Amino acid sequence: MPRVTFLGPSGVARAVEARTGDSLMAVAVRNGIPGIVGECGGNASCATCHVYVDDAFQSRVGPPNDVEEDLLDLGVSDRRESSRLACQIALTEELDGLVVHTADERL
Amino acid sequence: MTGGALVVGASQAGVQLAVSLRRAGYRGPVTLVGAENHPPYQRPPLSKAFLTGKADATTLHLRTPEFYREHGIDLVTGERVTHLEVDADGAGRARTAGGRTLPFDRLALATGARPRRLEVPGAHLDGVLHLRDLDSATRLRQRLTAGATLVVVGGGFIGLETAAVASALGAKVTVVEAAGRAMSRVVAPAVSAFFQEAHARRGVEVRLGAAVAEFLGGQGRITGVALADGTVLPAETVVVGIGVVPRTDLATDLDLACDGGVLVDACGRTSRPSIVAAGDCVAAPHPTRPGQRIRLESVPAAIAQARAAGATLAGQPQPNQEVPWFWSDQFDLKLQMAGLTDGYDRHVLRGDPGDERFSVLYYRSGSFVAIHSVNAPADYVAGRAALARGASIPPEPAADPTRSLRSLITPTAAVPAAQ
Ligand SMILES: Cc1cc2nc3c(=O)[nH]c(=O)nc-3n(C[C@H](O)[C@H](O)[C@H](O)COP(=O)(O)OP(=O)(O)OC[C@H]3O[C@@H](n4cnc5c(N)ncnc54)[C@H](O)[C@@H]3O)c2cc1C
Repeated sequence: MPRVTFLGPSGVARAVEARTGDSLMAVAVRNGIPGIVGECGGNASCATCHVYVDDAFQSRVGPPNDVEEDLLDLGVSDRRESSRLACQIALTEELDGLVVHTADERL
Repeated sequence: MTGGALVVGASQAGVQLAVSLRRAGYRGPVTLVGAENHPPYQRPPLSKAFLTGKADATTLHLRTPEFYREHGIDLVTGERVTHLEVDADGAGRARTAGGRTLPFDRLALATGARPRRLEVPGAHLDGVLHLRDLDSATRLRQRLTAGATLVVVGGGFIGLETAAVASALGAKVTVVEAAGRAMSRVVAPAVSAFFQEAHARRGVEVRLGAAVAEFLGGQGRITGVALADGTVLPAETVVVGIGVVPRTDLATDLDLACDGGVLVDACGRTSRPSIVAAGDCVAAPHPTRPGQRIRLESVPAAIAQARAAGATLAGQPQPNQEVPWFWSDQFDLKLQMAGLTDGYDRHVLRGDPGDERFSVLYYRSGSFVAIHSVNAPADYVAGRAALARGASIPPEPAADPTRSLRSLITPTAAVPAAQ
């Protein structure tokens, strides 16, 4: 059961348990993590599950795929080197302890 | 401030409304009441991953039980609101079929839509299904075994998605569509033609211009579908996917203005502005055609409308400005759509449908209004970004698939009109 910590923009941390194979988006949405909406249910159609992967985990998580690149480029307001779409990250035991930073959510 | 906020309908729109009320700082009690016996869940997978058996019901849940608790959202499932009374000050009470009374001082309607029934003889036979909720999807899933014969009535998104899943599971599938082409309300003829052929290539029989005359049965069970031209298609299961009807009964009882949905403004206010509504049950202002209303049936619209309506109900009116978007998965074909095609007078094809990878851009009176992409997500993303910024993509260069669409986004909305 990989554990994931979401750090909000104001520094609030939420640690949650995930099931191996879950997408990071699904875990975040079920737990109501602010800033992660996942409107398209993980279809890589919306960019509403944007996160910044913590420096310590970037190499393990890896870079965005091609479709994700386009969505991030055009669909999010503050894209950075560490930007990923949570729906494209599948959780494995290797990612146990993962820390990601979330952006502000619209109302 | 005793009753708090009551949200009727606990699905995509209802959940978002409750969440947005809280995010907008509303501190009173929030009650979210839904008729179904399940906690709120996503519907799109019902005709996709859930139907194939890849996702189980718990993966569909929109939020965990802890989430509702932590946010002070009192979720009441399995209770249908049958009657609403609203006093002059906007407060009132709801009565449920189970005999409960839920008081409120502000009210939101998120009652969604129900499947349209086909009124032909035999419509009530066992094995004639409508796919709208988890229970109906579970029943259908049990019937989709290899070798089963399935007739899908209606060649819209849900019908075609269901046909694709059933066929991939080894069922023998026929789609019967009354119009001359599939998904005709939304997509250009080229896109319809592509999907019809793609389905046929994968073993689904698609019959266009075919009207159902009667469902045939023996011992109360469906055995076949009789078409108006006399053809009889054998069937062990029929899925009727001919659209939905907004649930406006409660709104009508309250004398709220309804016309193909509960009429709301961009902030989600009904004709009685203290009451808000969102999702499949509403007809909202058209995003680009002033004075017109449109009912959208999609998760993104439900969420965007509910976000606005929730903030409005919390006392912070906020208009919904989201560009409509939608997707449909059929076999390995991913159709992604942004913008609205209604009234388009020009379209350009980008790429070759023969490659199963192409896009269509739509224009109305010279303005870029929508894009549909098949297995071409970069096009979809560029089109959607242009629409969201009120920018355009000129049609001539867009038709050249070697040029990236995003490089063609131009900040002006006007392009030459069709001749
Ligand atoms: C099979 C299927 C596939 C779909 N695929 C997609 C897709 O790929 N992409 C997409 O964007 N959209 C898709 N949709 C559409 C999308 O699911 C709907 O637009 C969305 O669910 C609308 O949300 P809503 O909350 O407005 O209404 P609904 O989801 O219809 O929910 C309304 C809820 O209110 C409850 N209710 C109604 N009246 C009462 C009452 N009086 N008292 C208590 N409760 C009440 C109902 O029981 C229901 O649970 C699909 C829909 C289906 C059925």
